[in-house]
Amino acid sequence: MKIGRGELFAGRALLVALMAFTILPFISIFMTALHPSGTVPGGLEWPADPQWGNFLEAFRVSQMPALVMSSTFIVLTVVPVALVISTMAGFAIGLLRIRGANMLLFLFVFGLTLPFTGIIIPIYYLERAMGIYNTPLAIPLPLIALYMPFAVFWMRAHFVNMPAEISEAARVDGATTWDLFWRIHVPLAQAPITSLGILMSIWTWNQFLLALVLVEDPTKRTMAGALGAFQGHYATDIPLLCAGTILILVPTLIVFVLFQRQIIMALLQGAVKG
Amino acid sequence: MSKWSGREAIIGWLFALPALLMYAVFVLLPFLLTIVYSFYKWNGTGPMTWVGLKNYVTVFQVPNLIGTVSNAFWLVIWFSFIPVGLGLVVASVIHRLATGRFGEIARTVLFLPQVIALVAAGIIWGWLFSLSGLVNQILKFIGLGAITRAWLGDFDWALSAVGIIGIWVLLGFCTVLLSTGISKIDPALFESARIDGASWFTEFFTITVPLLRHEVSVCLTVTVIAALAAFDIVYVATAGGPGNSTAVPGLQIYILAFTQRAVGLASALAVILMTLVIVVIIPIQRLSREESAQ
Repeated sequence: MKIGRGELFAGRALLVALMAFTILPFISIFMTALHPSGTVPGGLEWPADPQWGNFLEAFRVSQMPALVMSSTFIVLTVVPVALVISTMAGFAIGLLRIRGANMLLFLFVFGLTLPFTGIIIPIYYLERAMGIYNTPLAIPLPLIALYMPFAVFWMRAHFVNMPAEISEAARVDGATTWDLFWRIHVPLAQAPITSLGILMSIWTWNQFLLALVLVEDPTKRTMAGALGAFQGHYATDIPLLCAGTILILVPTLIVFVLFQRQIIMALLQGAVKG
Repeated sequence: MSKWSGREAIIGWLFALPALLMYAVFVLLPFLLTIVYSFYKWNGTGPMTWVGLKNYVTVFQVPNLIGTVSNAFWLVIWFSFIPVGLGLVVASVIHRLATGRFGEIARTVLFLPQVIALVAAGIIWGWLFSLSGLVNQILKFIGLGAITRAWLGDFDWALSAVGIIGIWVLLGFCTVLLSTGISKIDPALFESARIDGASWFTEFFTITVPLLRHEVSVCLTVTVIAALAAFDIVYVATAGGPGNSTAVPGLQIYILAFTQRAVGLASALAVILMTLVIVVIIPIQRLSREESAQ
């Protein structure tokens, strides 16, 4: 197997160019964030006197502690509940094969095609009628529901491939359906549950539309929702806006670096299964 | 056994019930209500007036409303066709020339934008595309100073500029997914092709592309939905402007419903959007099914 020098060079050049295309935007906002607040620097320009204080200023004006608290609360409400109920439903459809399982699966899969913007209007009016609009539950409740098509489909794909012998053996030993679920199949489903949990955490952190429509106070939204509001206030102060954006990106980027492999795998499997 | 089956069936359904309930209340009910609202004139607080299909007629007659649909299709080229096409090329280049650590790094780097909030992507590129931003700086550097402009504020270019944000976000996703697909192709195929002295082009068009049909259809599905249902990026980067040149259905629905209080009209556009997504997705799914049947 021989690959020509020219080809090798062209191929590598392409990869390097595309990596630059991906990375330069990050470098640009980082450099911009270090310029004096209120100025309009060039796109890629190291400041004469780096203003590290911009990050502190952005931390203060964006009320970062409140934001982190609120986003964390939303993630911790949404992800565990969504995991439990979707695992149970996936178990019922994929393993117990309850009557009507196919119809139920079709119903959930249908939801995969619905854009959030398509159903956000009635969600808003329903929440007003139920009295949960602009409360701590305003984002979590619909978000859990909106994850169900993907999550149930995902967990069902795991359960449907479990060999029947495992369940049969447990049944012979007198296990109830709940035992079968909780003691045998949930421990065996740890890998798909973990991937699903990582995915839903990132999606929740980054959720924008629901936050924008359902919660008025930006400090009670998700990170992405807060960032949208932050941009509204500081659109003209480019260095500060860049500093704020970086602060909001840092947690996701850290999570990505730590769980790179799992995240990429989960997103891919999610796409292929979906 | 039959004595138990009734009880077992009920227990089974109890497992599915919580998910089904949440889904029914916050997804299925809103879906049906969107359809219902679309036949009424309603400002969100006052009485609702039945208007039949009038809202749909309005959507198709008002250029600013139906224009959002053609904008969405224009975005499909940028969000979907380019990332998938380029992703195929990059994945095959990595497979052929950069099998080691370099390829691994390239994939991870390209994937990075996929994990950050789309809102952040919109803000970052809003700055890059501005008059003194990086894009113009680079253009000046390579001697194209004459064409510099505020890209997102330009009637002719804003929508394509939004499209480039889409490429930035979605290229890595497509590359990694297609790359994984290539690694599942029988290596013997590539080896024998290379022993025959096949060029990259031959390898690409005779092995890689035909055998990745399933992965390509997955990429197309995900990215087409991202294009048609775009909201976050557009809301942050251009808010639909200048004029209505970058308005997409998702954004227009939001503006109509929550700032102009034209709930019925917004719902009609929402129904059109949801129908559009399904109509576009079904043939793409077929593509993949037919392949696996062969």
